[in-house]
Amino acid sequence: MIIKQLSVFLENRTGRLTELTGILAANDINISAFSIADTADYGILRMIVGRPEQAADVLKNHGFAVKVTEVVGMIVPHKPGGLHHALQIISDNNVAIEYMYAFASGECNATVIIRADSLEKLIAVLQEHKMELLQKGDVYQL
Amino acid sequence: MIWNEHYECMERESLLKLQGTRLKDMVERVYYSVPFYRTRLQEKGIEPGDIQTIDDLRKLPFTTKQDLRDNYPFGLFAKPQQDVVRLHASSGTTGKSTVVGYTHNDIMMWSEVVARSLTMIGATRDDIIQVAYGYGLFTGGLGLHYGAEKIGASVIPISGGNTKKQLQLMEDFGSTLIACTPSYAAFLGEALIEEKIDPASIRLRAGIFGAEPWSEEMRAQIEKLLRIKAYDIYGLSEIIGPGVSMECPCQKGMHIFEDHFIPEIINPDTCEVLPYGELGELVFTPATKEAMPLIRYRTRDLTRLHAEKCDCGRTLVRMEKCVGRSDDMLIIRGVNVFPSQVESVLLEMSETKPHYLLVVDRHNNLDILEVQVEVDEQFFSDEVKELEDLRRRIRANIASVLGLHAEIRLVEPGTIERSMGKAQRVVDKRKIH
Repeated sequence: MIIKQLSVFLENRTGRLTELTGILAANDINISAFSIADTADYGILRMIVGRPEQAADVLKNHGFAVKVTEVVGMIVPHKPGGLHHALQIISDNNVAIEYMYAFASGECNATVIIRADSLEKLIAVLQEHKMELLQKGDVYQL
Repeated sequence: MIWNEHYECMERESLLKLQGTRLKDMVERVYYSVPFYRTRLQEKGIEPGDIQTIDDLRKLPFTTKQDLRDNYPFGLFAKPQQDVVRLHASSGTTGKSTVVGYTHNDIMMWSEVVARSLTMIGATRDDIIQVAYGYGLFTGGLGLHYGAEKIGASVIPISGGNTKKQLQLMEDFGSTLIACTPSYAAFLGEALIEEKIDPASIRLRAGIFGAEPWSEEMRAQIEKLLRIKAYDIYGLSEIIGPGVSMECPCQKGMHIFEDHFIPEIINPDTCEVLPYGELGELVFTPATKEAMPLIRYRTRDLTRLHAEKCDCGRTLVRMEKCVGRSDDMLIIRGVNVFPSQVESVLLEMSETKPHYLLVVDRHNNLDILEVQVEVDEQFFSDEVKELEDLRRRIRANIASVLGLHAEIRLVEPGTIERSMGKAQRVVDKRKIH
């Protein structure tokens, strides 16, 4: 249920993100989803990629500060109220979300990546409410 | 005007003789009262009787800031605590200060040299002096204060900061002189314009500025902004504080009060004494100091000395504005900063590694210190709030050690240049020299 995400520390410098995507491209690693949390001086890039361990090694070898973090992927219906319904369940069960990002592809579903204070509890709550979760196998090849 | 013509205009020959007598007396005092110096002198095979004239000065060993640290806090005092009436301290590496002590006579002597400095630029009992140097452990405020009282001027002991109040009192009290760091003087000058204060309502005519390096361009700027004459004063707490030397209206360097502070210029690498006119490290022996008489103290300041008689009538040697330092110390807003202090802060914190760069710049005439710290991949959190918390803690720890606010910039690992030899730890963008 828990899937692996790469977190990378990036200085706010023109071209820095391009260098990173170039390295992943050269190593034939696909990016399924990503988001950037930015501050005045730096950003934190979070992304779901194919072969996360290999991607982390490659980036480390190129001098990036990389961390493999654990997140949960949740699938919600791609329609009004779809996200709201899921978040309602999460907040009703007192799970605190540290951060999240989402993407919708196709007509039916949207995928939400969530980092929470307790991933185990989040998974238990979502499963109890019959929410669909991303599995390791399919996630890296979204 | 000259406060003490006898000493300030003494024939060089008589002055050298006086220095010799005072040096002989001082060496005798430290030999019998400071174990550190007795050991040092014995190691060199020197006994007090070996020092008779000023020419014997070069036989003596040097004293460094490290010696002060090693003997923290009172190890170099030549007088018992009962005779010490004042303690000052400046920031030092690893959080420990450099401590200096003064007897009653030391305070009198300090007041005397500051009185000479003030008189040198025409200050009298008719003046109102705004002392905007910091009061406290730093020697600037109290140093100027006692000298100004000695000449009978009216002192406004406002200390540093509180710019609006500075301007208000300057206007209401009619301050005629101001003493502060040059960067604060320029800042006050700009604030004056911002507050739309009519220059005609300000009676300021001259300023005494020191405690940090400044350029001729900055002098011109301060003179224009505040409509005053800006004079340079030099000093360091290890020797006495402000008033070691002072610029006269001829502005051909700062006159060193040599009857108290015996100057030398040495090659910082070989320690060989250099003749007048040559650039080297300034060394002082404050021969009349009672509480903490240091032998040949290495200031690390690089400058030249000139001994030709000055047009002002003084025979005292003049030192040029310091052109740099022979160590890596920075002076930021009057505060001494060693890169090693920042290093020790980072080493003490478990989440950081000692890869850092200090970037000093001057914005609106105030020195800004930025500390770039590499994010360690082992401790890198992917949550902004944790990185911000780390940044806050580094800032707080640096502030408590340096006594100075620094901006912390987190940078990627490996981006700060590593070097095999002496690492480049400092980028000073201020245009001072």
